[in-house]
Amino acid sequence: MTEALLTGVDAPTGVPLRRRLKRAERARQVKALALVVPLLLFLLLTFVGPIASMLWRAVDDWEVPRVLPHTVAALADWNGKDLPDERAYAALADDILAARAAGTVAIASKRLNYALNGFRTILASTSRNLKTAPEPGTARETLGKINPAWRDRGTWSAIKGAGGPMTSFYLLAALDLTRNADGAIVAAPPDQAIYRDVFARTFTISFGVALLCLILGFPVAYLLATLPPGRSNLLMIFVLLPFWTSLLVRTCAWIVLLQSNGVVNDGLRWLGIIDAPLRLIYNRFGVYVAMTHVLLPFMILPLYSSMKAISPAYMRAAASLGAAPVTAFLRIYLPQTLPGIGAGGLLVFILALGYYITPALVGGGGDQMISYFIALYTTETANWGLASALGAVLLLATLLLATVYGKLVQGQQVTGGMKN
Amino acid sequence: MESGGTASAPALVRFSGIQKTYDGEHLVVKNLDLDIRKGEFVTLLGPSGSGKTTTLMMLAGFEVPTHGEIYVADRPIKDMPPHKRDIGMVFQNYALFPHLTIEENVAFPLAVRKVKKAEAQERVRAALRMIKMEPLAQRRPGQLSGGQQQRVALARALVFNPQLVLMDEPLGALDKRLREQMQLEIKQLHETMGITVVYVTHDQSEALTMSDRIAVFNDGIVQQIDKPDALYERPVNSFVANFVGENNVLAGIVETIEQGYCRVALASGGTVTARAVNVAGAGAATSLSVRPERIAIVTNRAAGEGPNRLPATVHDIIYLGDHTLAVLEAAGNEEFMVKLQPGAHGDLSHGQQVSVTFSPEDCLALDPM
Repeated sequence: MTEALLTGVDAPTGVPLRRRLKRAERARQVKALALVVPLLLFLLLTFVGPIASMLWRAVDDWEVPRVLPHTVAALADWNGKDLPDERAYAALADDILAARAAGTVAIASKRLNYALNGFRTILASTSRNLKTAPEPGTARETLGKINPAWRDRGTWSAIKGAGGPMTSFYLLAALDLTRNADGAIVAAPPDQAIYRDVFARTFTISFGVALLCLILGFPVAYLLATLPPGRSNLLMIFVLLPFWTSLLVRTCAWIVLLQSNGVVNDGLRWLGIIDAPLRLIYNRFGVYVAMTHVLLPFMILPLYSSMKAISPAYMRAAASLGAAPVTAFLRIYLPQTLPGIGAGGLLVFILALGYYITPALVGGGGDQMISYFIALYTTETANWGLASALGAVLLLATLLLATVYGKLVQGQQVTGGMKN
Repeated sequence: MESGGTASAPALVRFSGIQKTYDGEHLVVKNLDLDIRKGEFVTLLGPSGSGKTTTLMMLAGFEVPTHGEIYVADRPIKDMPPHKRDIGMVFQNYALFPHLTIEENVAFPLAVRKVKKAEAQERVRAALRMIKMEPLAQRRPGQLSGGQQQRVALARALVFNPQLVLMDEPLGALDKRLREQMQLEIKQLHETMGITVVYVTHDQSEALTMSDRIAVFNDGIVQQIDKPDALYERPVNSFVANFVGENNVLAGIVETIEQGYCRVALASGGTVTARAVNVAGAGAATSLSVRPERIAIVTNRAAGEGPNRLPATVHDIIYLGDHTLAVLEAAGNEEFMVKLQPGAHGDLSHGQQVSVTFSPEDCLALDPM
């Protein structure tokens, strides 16, 4: 019998034990799978799909290949050092005529204008003034006459650069980088280099909010975990109350409270603490206050659950072993809440990274976070490529942080020692 | 039997008129006076809610007496916070710190006392050697079995040489075999190290095995403090007789008292002679206590007459390996138990009419239940 178990073969049937186990468990696995299938499909359609398509948009370069297909083909073997040959000019003339007929010039000019400021004008004048296809061999001269920009190498490298099918243009732009006429990656001109600042601001605000939530939430979570059940349930309702109120309502409430003639300023003036109203809103202070308030429960709940698992016997044991209350807290209690601090901090931080409506309503111009720009490019200027690229960079940075956190936590896995 | 404490040794711990109430209405501990001598192993034994754990917690400093004072080495400690009391404690659920290794757990009391690193290391190693856990020093508590965890908790409570070690049902979570093994180990540690131990349990056999003296608690009152054998042989009242060891109870009325012995008329008829231990006087109700191993079964009812001889009916014969238990109906008690030597039950059968007999020495007349 022992031998049969060791070799994994059961004498009577001859079927390996492992395979029989698999067979026996198959029905259960199918059932389990059937239970999760609806949610899985839903997530695929509404979550994985959109994110994948968004990531693809960050590198997709479809406009120029579709509108100017022949030009892109003709530029394929252009070395980029001299002006392209006559063949490319002829192809461009053909493409522009076809695009004018189809009404798609604007699509290409919008994309090319990102790459080279003023390209919109070049294409518009060319398409307006190019009456018919130029005689063979005169295309370069004709186009050069219509707009001297066609005699500039940079104009052509812009078309080649946007020739698809994929581009690093948006992703580079999201990091304040661009390619020069030689295709090398250089810093973007200062008037376009804003995103690094915005990312830094986004991470700073998110980190600050997470820290504030921790400082404010820790004592509350401790109370929740240690009060007798009746009172802790009541307190828990107060903690959860914000969840039952709309985010917009809560943010607007802060506007009412913090504005120049709001409750807080009036109260301080009535008490004689201040003479002129303090500026509490439409600045960074307002953003911190409103976001911390909104996100506080996400910190308190993980903290609470980690503290609830800490038996009061630990603190008693520490005291009996000679540790003063502060020492016992720092060396015994606090380390055991670290998983909760980590989980709550990460949750608040990541939620804060994507915050849009609160900073948009209570922040000033210099307090807008990355999601504001993503929304701007998606809804206002329809620059989906850049919006996607910003989103992709944010996603990547978040995943990176989460991975680092995961590795840190894995190093000091805490296993419960209490058997209750 | 008495290894550490002797009557002449000074009291290390003295409870003086201690009362404790949680709700302001009921006293959980009523007027406790108790001396624990240096080097003694004292067990507080009692059912749950009897006040034994509260007493221990007051000594540890986690509860404050409502009235009275506790002295340790002649210093009042009522207002001293637990971490300054220099009392090691072992908890029922071990309370090993889950985020620290075994070594760090044992080193904790030394670290908070700022003991020099080299010395601390040496003491930790010695403590781990003592409990044979050196190879597991780098594990975390979650990776150890219950018995191993309890050993570590012991080492942690002993490593800083406290003047007193408290144990709050430390073996309650272990299975029977391991519990018995640990009882002997703790007993041995106590004897070799000469430490003073106050031990709380509701398990009377545990208390009998380990203690120098046992304080039996009930209803917030210490019923009796005595050595294990005295507690078993000479219980002062019915509660102690029933709580410590197996016991048969027979209800009756005292007829006469003479030279320490009394005649008791049983409620079911018939009279027996018993030692008058705790009876109010002639005419008072009493509960008789007879240990099951002090009773003999006489199969032949007709043969002879003794002083304490009652008719009985066999209900059950239970074979228990080292002995056999006969359950009978005698004098109105349906669960009258008699312990027999193995092989001595050969001719007993269910429903058989027999007699039970016991000497007046072994029958105690106690307070009525």
